Amino acid sequence: MSTSRSTPNARRLRWTPWLFAAPGLLLLTLFMAVPFGMAAVLSFTDQRLLTHAALPTEIVGWDNYLRLWEDDSFWAALGNNLRFVGVVVPLQTALALGLALLVNRKLRGSHLFRTVYFMPVATTMSVVAVIWSLMYSPDQGVINRLIGVLSFGSIGPQDWLRDPALVMPAVMLLSIWQGVGFQMLVFLAGLQAIPVDLYEAATLEGARPWQQFRWITLPLLRNTTIFVVVTTTIYAFQLFTQVQIIASSGAAAPVDSFRTLVMLMVHEGLRNGSIGYASALSVVFFGIVLAISMIQRLIIREEGGAA
Amino acid sequence: MKRPQIAPYLLHALLVLFFLFPLLFMGVSAFKGDEMQLLRDMGTLRAFLPVGELSLQNFRDVADRTRFDLAFWNSVGVVGLTVLLGLLVNSMLAYALARFRFPGRRWVLGAIVALIVIPFEAIAVPLLLLVNQLPWFSEGQWVQGWLDSYHVQVLPFVANAFSVYLFYQFFVALPKDLEEAAQMDGAGPWRIYWSIVLPLSKPVIATVAVLQFLARWGDLLWPVMVVRGDEHATLPLAMQTFFGQFPRQWGDVMAFALLATLPTLLVFLVFQRWFVRSVISSAIKG
Repeated sequence: MSTSRSTPNARRLRWTPWLFAAPGLLLLTLFMAVPFGMAAVLSFTDQRLLTHAALPTEIVGWDNYLRLWEDDSFWAALGNNLRFVGVVVPLQTALALGLALLVNRKLRGSHLFRTVYFMPVATTMSVVAVIWSLMYSPDQGVINRLIGVLSFGSIGPQDWLRDPALVMPAVMLLSIWQGVGFQMLVFLAGLQAIPVDLYEAATLEGARPWQQFRWITLPLLRNTTIFVVVTTTIYAFQLFTQVQIIASSGAAAPVDSFRTLVMLMVHEGLRNGSIGYASALSVVFFGIVLAISMIQRLIIREEGGAA
Repeated sequence: MKRPQIAPYLLHALLVLFFLFPLLFMGVSAFKGDEMQLLRDMGTLRAFLPVGELSLQNFRDVADRTRFDLAFWNSVGVVGLTVLLGLLVNSMLAYALARFRFPGRRWVLGAIVALIVIPFEAIAVPLLLLVNQLPWFSEGQWVQGWLDSYHVQVLPFVANAFSVYLFYQFFVALPKDLEEAAQMDGAGPWRIYWSIVLPLSKPVIATVAVLQFLARWGDLLWPVMVVRGDEHATLPLAMQTFFGQFPRQWGDVMAFALLATLPTLLVFLVFQRWFVRSVISSAIKG
């Protein structure tokens, strides 16, 4: 080995990985890591969006978090997110599993059905919210008429988007409609990973379809189900587009009846210019998402240890 | 095993109605130029049928009263550029991590995996403050603040930790033979990456492109925060603006909605297999 020749080459190679990594690392640092650190720092200040020389930013300690604790709008927003999670996560997961089971059957046209169920996912959410806003029209709207017919007229027309008790259920329904196709595909992938001979053996043993579902399908879909539940939960906390469109419709219920954490963050940070307070909200929001992810990892690790 | 298969088909029929009717309703309403008829039809099945007086009036209204074409091309440009730059930047970073041993490699990899868990919503507010302070070179001089521009909607989303992770996993599993052979023949690392690794990476490129496209095309949060006016508005923001205008003509709104949806629906129907694969590989997240 002639060191005189390999040295410049080695020096060049030492820098090569960093040249490959540089653009990505730079952008990730500037637009992810730095704002993330800023959120933590700003949440302890009274930073405004438009700074004033006469009003310098000051450190206010835990004030923003204390204000959060006493802010009815914060609790209302958290409650709206939690109600959304409580209804949408179990319903959407169950529906997605049902759709996947149905589409997975060897029927003519299964591919076509799968395409149809996935179409709402490919539809932009803001458009979805607009379509459903019209369907939720008071009096003679599509939804009101449908419910009237299904209940034989015993349930009268509702003002879905203006009634504080109904606006969240209305958001939940349109969200499930839009999102369930995605989870269906995830479950379908899980189903198709289950070896067919398991079912063949079970059939030979005389196991009925429901028994096969209970003792083969469900246990082997465990990780898929955990994934679906966790992603749907995180997605539910990120809820913004639907409620933002409904808020901009100009005919919506009192804002606290459907405002979510992210929407409150936008209102505080952008409309009120209270960056410090909105940053405290961001930190709390991140804490919630982190906790959900941690729980997922814990559950999956436990499984790994047992297996 | 010959059993009547009527029950599953009935179930499918009901589900198809549920998933298709809102889209059908939008499509049909867009062609109902007479607003009174549209509203009258809503209470009956006629809401889903192309009946009565049909015209292109609503589409003419959209062309006259909104800047739909501008918003559409803004969306195409912003999302297209984000996805393309993202493919390059994220695959390069992943390639460095997968193929080179360098000090700090494990640390960088760990940091990227940790970044996956941070949702954009958690950094949106400080990011707004940050981009409001950043300089940009425009028309021969430095200006402060990125608000109301295209780059503010592109640059923060180019690098994506989850995309890096997907590329990384793919590269690690990729056999090294071809690269080693090319190295023997004297090819440098850039050439190997560009002419050998990337052409072999079509599946993961498709996956990352589809996932990024879906996430960026529908985003309303960031445009609401950084874009005022029509000039740089993408489709979701333009949809919100038009929807919030009074007096509201539902026929026009539905025509706008249909125009905004058709391109993505067509892209989906054409590239369906890629979409399905992308969703499935997104399931390895976490």
